[in-house]
Amino acid sequence: MTDLTSLTIAEAREGLASKSFTARELTDAHLAAIEAARVLNAYVLETPDRAREMAKAADAKIAKGEGGPLAGIPLGIKDLFATRDIRTTACSNILGNFIPPYESTVTSQLWRDGAVLLGKLNNDEFAMGSSNETSCFGPVTNPWRREGSNTTLVPGGSSGGSASAVAAALCMGATATDTGGSIRQPAAFTATVGIKPTYGRCSRWGIVAFASSLDQAGPIARSTRDAAILMRSMAGHDPKDTTSVDIAVPDYEAAIGKSVKGMKIGIPREYRLDGMPAEIEKLWSEGAQWLKAAGAELVEVSLPHTKYALPAYYIVAPAEASSNLARYDGVRYGLRDPGKNIIEMYENTRADGFGDEVRRRVLIGTYVLSAGYYDAYYLRAQKVRTLIKKDFEDCFAKGVNAILTPATPSAAFGIGEKGGADPVEMYLNDIFTVTVNMAGLPGIAVPAGKDTQGLPLGLQLIGRPFDEETLFSLGEVIEQAAGRFTAPRWW
Amino acid sequence: MSVDATTVRRIAHLARIAVSDAEVPHLQGELNAMLAFVEQLSEVNVDGVEPMTSVTPMEMKKRADVVNDGEIADVIVRNAPDTVNGFFLVPKVVE
Repeated sequence: MTDLTSLTIAEAREGLASKSFTARELTDAHLAAIEAARVLNAYVLETPDRAREMAKAADAKIAKGEGGPLAGIPLGIKDLFATRDIRTTACSNILGNFIPPYESTVTSQLWRDGAVLLGKLNNDEFAMGSSNETSCFGPVTNPWRREGSNTTLVPGGSSGGSASAVAAALCMGATATDTGGSIRQPAAFTATVGIKPTYGRCSRWGIVAFASSLDQAGPIARSTRDAAILMRSMAGHDPKDTTSVDIAVPDYEAAIGKSVKGMKIGIPREYRLDGMPAEIEKLWSEGAQWLKAAGAELVEVSLPHTKYALPAYYIVAPAEASSNLARYDGVRYGLRDPGKNIIEMYENTRADGFGDEVRRRVLIGTYVLSAGYYDAYYLRAQKVRTLIKKDFEDCFAKGVNAILTPATPSAAFGIGEKGGADPVEMYLNDIFTVTVNMAGLPGIAVPAGKDTQGLPLGLQLIGRPFDEETLFSLGEVIEQAAGRFTAPRWW
Repeated sequence: MSVDATTVRRIAHLARIAVSDAEVPHLQGELNAMLAFVEQLSEVNVDGVEPMTSVTPMEMKKRADVVNDGEIADVIVRNAPDTVNGFFLVPKVVE
């Protein structure tokens, strides 16, 4: 029998249907792989008992011909998603041993469709970071290494555990969340496929909140088709999230292999940065040529406010975070440090429970919302955000179906290499992805090649609101042209 | 704009995060680096631009005004650091 962990979800689905193997065997293969890969630190909690129980239930359903679309498919869940009776921490000390008495809507839909929970995946604390180095459980290791080097590289962040686990075949797919690039940047760093759907497509209910007007859940998988399969189960209207949109969820998988002939692909000139590595420039034009060869038409477009997206993000996101994270006060759940009065208890608890990056963002968010500064910072940033969104609307109004950009300004970097002296150095990782969150649009990162050191690089496609299908069709064209990339196993 | 040490202490208190005197200069430097970075927004002409309130145009949904959950006090306090008789316990706030 072939190594079951190397299968895609689509292949495993067939194998399960044809009784080539059982869900229990598939789950056991993954549990063994997880055990052998603890050095990557991708999982912060393994749930083997729960996994075997769920796999057994899936086998019973498959035998009766009642298996759902994800019956028996073992997945990893980012530790930002509340899982009932299973510790959920957002990788922050302040949540401590929080055991949710409820299940997030997105994960409940995965279990409804038969998926199996392998465990909870590492992430940057409260999803604040681009390298997974801010997690209270320590950094995650990227399964990819530079050719001929043993240097430990980051998998990107904040969904670093999700990306690393999918790339190293420690699960068949994973849930992730994206506030400024946290699905797409780690996907690009690990040669996996990650999609951030349109804001409102997936329910945010039961996901630990970071910046509510930007947060969206999405999948990370090893192929465009697998991402489409997961997306269909994760998406959908939820009355418990007032920003969740009540429109039908299409069969995303049907978009895989669909012709892209005649589609207009925008190439935004503002994404050509000074000092951008030549190999990223090359990859970008290669990607454009692949789409052209498939019948798409390339058009140069302009998104004039691109350079303001990141600075506006670093006002809006911390402002919302400072408000959302006010709930961690040592009263209702998580850590409590004593103080001589209630204010001191709050202050000691939050000083002890939040890591450096989270503290920095809560402070800056508090400042930009404070009396006398609100108009100069927050209100101005929200106006700039309107302009960023309008850039895209103008572009789509001219008939552009999707926009092609690099996913990241570099390949994966070493642990401890960035952001030590100046936090802004780390923030620049999200320069190509953050515009998409500011405008609420869908964006997909697809592996497209390698740099001269053998590290994966990705391309990003940005779509019209609620047109994830076009992104899947175009992503598949890139995947077919570039092929899939597997990290050589060293762990 | 930049922040001084007094402002750092004031923000930290507003955010209810204890900050020691030794940490202030370091935090001041980091916050000023972030403020310098966002400073470029001042060059954008935002005259007559509406601030964004909702990224997806939609009307806010409202649920029916009926009791649809409850009687789960034990579940709600289960994760609390300190409770008594189904209540959250905090240091004395009223003398």
